[in-house]
Amino acid sequence: MFEGGLLKGWPVLKQVRSADWHATGETAWSPRTESLLPRHHDAEVTSSICPYCGVGCGQLIYHKDNELISIEGDPNSPISRGHLCPKGANTHELHTHAGRLKTVKYRAPYATEWQTIPLERAMDMVAERMWETRDRTFVEEQDGRSVMHTLGMAHLGGATLDNEENYLIKKLFAGGLGMNCISNQARI
Amino acid sequence: MPGLGTSFGRGGATTAQQDLANSDAILIMGSSMAENHPVGFQWVIKARENGAKIIHVDPRFTRTSAMADIWAPLRPGTDIIFLGGLIHYVLTHDKMFREYVEHYTNATTILRSDFKDTEELGGIFSGWDAEQKKYDFTTWLYEGEQKKKEQPGHSEIDGGHGKDRGGEAGEADIQTDDPTMENPRCVFQVLKKHFARYTPEFVEEQCGTPRDVFLKIAETFANASGRERTGAICYAVGWTQHSKGPQIIRCAAILQLLLGNIGRPGGGILALRGHASIQGSTDIPTLYDILPGYLPMPFFESGSANLGEFIDKHRSQTGWWYNFDKYIVSLLKAWYGDKATRANEFGFGWLPRVTGDHSEFGYWLDMADGKMDGLFVMGQNPAVGAPNGRLERKALAKLKWLVVRDMVETETASFWRNSPEVDRGEIKPKELATEVFLFPAAGQAEKSGTFTNTQRLVQFHNQAIDPPGDARSENWFIYHLGQRLKAKAAADLRPRNAGLNALTWQYATHGDDAEPNPEDILQEINGYTVADRKLVDGFKKLEADGSTACGCWIYSGIFPEPGKNKANMREPHNYLGHGWGYAWPADRRILYNRCSAAPNGEPWSERKKLVWWDKAKQEWTGIDVPDWNLKKTPDYQPAPDAKGDDGIAGDKPFIMHPDGRGWIYVTSGLKDGPLPAHYEPLESPFSNALYPKYDANPAANRKERVDNPYISQTGDSRFPHVLTTYRLTEHHTAGGMSRTLGHLAELQPELFCEVSPEMAAEADLEHGKWATITTPRGIIEARVLVTSRMTPLWVSGRRVHTVGVPYHYGYNGTVTGDVVNDLLAISEEPNVRIMETKALVCDIRAGRRAKGEGALAELNDKMNEAA
Repeated sequence: MFEGGLLKGWPVLKQVRSADWHATGETAWSPRTESLLPRHHDAEVTSSICPYCGVGCGQLIYHKDNELISIEGDPNSPISRGHLCPKGANTHELHTHAGRLKTVKYRAPYATEWQTIPLERAMDMVAERMWETRDRTFVEEQDGRSVMHTLGMAHLGGATLDNEENYLIKKLFAGGLGMNCISNQARI
Repeated sequence: MPGLGTSFGRGGATTAQQDLANSDAILIMGSSMAENHPVGFQWVIKARENGAKIIHVDPRFTRTSAMADIWAPLRPGTDIIFLGGLIHYVLTHDKMFREYVEHYTNATTILRSDFKDTEELGGIFSGWDAEQKKYDFTTWLYEGEQKKKEQPGHSEIDGGHGKDRGGEAGEADIQTDDPTMENPRCVFQVLKKHFARYTPEFVEEQCGTPRDVFLKIAETFANASGRERTGAICYAVGWTQHSKGPQIIRCAAILQLLLGNIGRPGGGILALRGHASIQGSTDIPTLYDILPGYLPMPFFESGSANLGEFIDKHRSQTGWWYNFDKYIVSLLKAWYGDKATRANEFGFGWLPRVTGDHSEFGYWLDMADGKMDGLFVMGQNPAVGAPNGRLERKALAKLKWLVVRDMVETETASFWRNSPEVDRGEIKPKELATEVFLFPAAGQAEKSGTFTNTQRLVQFHNQAIDPPGDARSENWFIYHLGQRLKAKAAADLRPRNAGLNALTWQYATHGDDAEPNPEDILQEINGYTVADRKLVDGFKKLEADGSTACGCWIYSGIFPEPGKNKANMREPHNYLGHGWGYAWPADRRILYNRCSAAPNGEPWSERKKLVWWDKAKQEWTGIDVPDWNLKKTPDYQPAPDAKGDDGIAGDKPFIMHPDGRGWIYVTSGLKDGPLPAHYEPLESPFSNALYPKYDANPAANRKERVDNPYISQTGDSRFPHVLTTYRLTEHHTAGGMSRTLGHLAELQPELFCEVSPEMAAEADLEHGKWATITTPRGIIEARVLVTSRMTPLWVSGRRVHTVGVPYHYGYNGTVTGDVVNDLLAISEEPNVRIMETKALVCDIRAGRRAKGEGALAELNDKMNEAA
């Protein structure tokens, strides 16, 4: 109570100086309260967009040292004006909850459990299987005309992905590998 | 998309969410916007504060209804009757905006004398082949329109997304008009006859909507029309997920064209799409039937033998699709780079030809029949989200290998160890050979890239932190997978690998993980001149001679110079948001906005001005970027053989259409008719009161088979109630992004079904206790929520109950529940192959379902009852 000396620290004197007669304002603060700061006070802020629905609310991502601190609405967005719905407001938990996958899981034939495998090995295994399937099922032509496709493997997904990601998927899978069976959540 | 695409020229929302604040009336139907697009709904509230009337039509009284001025109930599946009733009202009460209709739509165009409407043929249009179950639309063309040799858009196997959603079957720039609209064969008169029986009485009888409420809605919305007033329509999957979805949207398009609301502030049709970038995922498509920018994929059956043939099939002589050759050649140059030359038709032969139904349901049924080796699933969860979950999951068990990429272990990834099929002994892990890979994926804060939202706005999200552990973006995954596969192709030079060897696959990367730079990819999407790799500033700079490359022509202009990523701009300077993000095309925020001025180029009124002709400067100007040639005078008349945009007159705003008009009547492009007609859902307690010979949409495909069964006939007594599915605010789609999170799980912890007090009394259902719901496909249990927000309806003289169920729950996550979509059938609407989730039939009883194999036994017992 007397931190900072009698003249500075005595609540009664502080009250008199600031006319806070009910002592419910800053004069009632303890030193601990005075030292409190918002979680994101020294964080960097990056502008982002909500990953949930099609409204496309602006989000501000507060982070520090490669850790997320909080995700808030962006007041500057002409669409959302700083608001987020319950889902958007929970984007921090979406990124940080305990159930988040961090390693590659692999289920071998007839196995009853997952095992963890290294990422690079998983990539090699997937590429091998794609190549083998494609080789066996590829049709180059029919009746003298180009077909250039494989129907032996397919892709599903896109509405939650970035445009750049969808672009690369379609470019590689269709333009490069000849996969026709490509679909996502969109119909209409 | 074909609903909006055929009507106006582009398959996308015509306006921005903020513009709703300018509406005088807003009709929300096929959507509970307050619950499912909550932050967007603030603009509806703003409109109401500005004096607008808000109307909500929905089987349930929801939080959207609570904020509306008028709510009306309707029987799920009868939207076309309701909307047809509104059209009928506008026509019989002389409410249309005549000047707009006469100049800007094809209401005046005269049809062929051999065209026959559903009213004349008892439920089908002329040209129906009952055996093939498809239409020959020759008789639908305009009088005088030449039918093209190739008929794009009407292929058996296409999926409805391609640019052929606008009548390239004919050259619709040739037509005869009757400006008086009195000729019995003009579109206007045909329209009147077509909707003549959609009276308020009929609406009440079939939709269950009280007539006085219906009339109040009709009057309120129709009054938001004319020079001084506009009205907007908002819809979501409540309109699309039907066996006639595009036709429901067509009704809204017709209504808005009659009322003169398209292309005007406070008007338009706002398609409310459900995912962060579902619009983007059709613009730059991971879909089987199109290439980026809505260019069609080559179809083996025709128009794919060479590039010239392909271009001829798909370009139109007038309007912006005249430049089809520039768009396709530039795309091929982007994909195949230096190896794409005139000599090899820029690599056109390397694109895979479509030979069948390669859509999700097409290939999933092949998967179920053991015809597929492998599947990638990225950021989607079909084990919960797709219809007929049992079939979906059992099909996964037929794969040799499955690769799932997601942030959590979704139900799709764990089908082999934890699913109803494992519980019921239908899948036995120790006997199951399927290999499964589950890759951890980066979240949006851990990568940079663009999403395209519901109003065509492309917004760049910036990476804040690195993804944890081995989690990576899809860019990383595809890029490095592609490098491995290209290495294999480099050692195997057979013709099949020509495309893969030619594929341009060098993007700048950063960081220890060699993450590809998303802006590099976005620049390729924007386009550049090949010789100097200089970025282009828009699609008008694209050429057909191989000198330009462009990954997606409708996005061209988004990155016009180095360092200028327009999708990442964050400084809006007007209410439309210019300066924040980039809307395609060319940053036009309200499409077809030439409509906001009268034929002479002056705004219809000061109150509703948006773009107009500046006589002093001799150019178009305004609050929005004109969706229009800036220099074209209002009185411009094209020469008879003028091409491309030069072929569009100065008072014809719908520049993607060859005739420049909004299409009240769609001359070709929709497989099930040029006008919307009511059909019952594929499963209904009622037959079609309009056309008893055709209960359901004759062109829809049930994909009926032993593992995808249907009720045995309309009014099957085993399943007497209507079932509808929908969403909750606190959960998101199939639950992978919400049921796994503590806060959202706490807000909506358990699956429930909603029933009216009357239904609860009849079926002995108790609030808070359990109920079991069955359909021919599946059996689920849910808690019972008895509420007067559900209401029984009187239809065709008898009472019908609707059961409502949200569909988010599954067997993984912090909160779990039965998979509701197990109840649905796989079915394909004829144009876009969408399933029917909004209206089917079910039975319901009190109590929990049997567990394990017992559940299947209970379902079998139900199916063995007398129908």
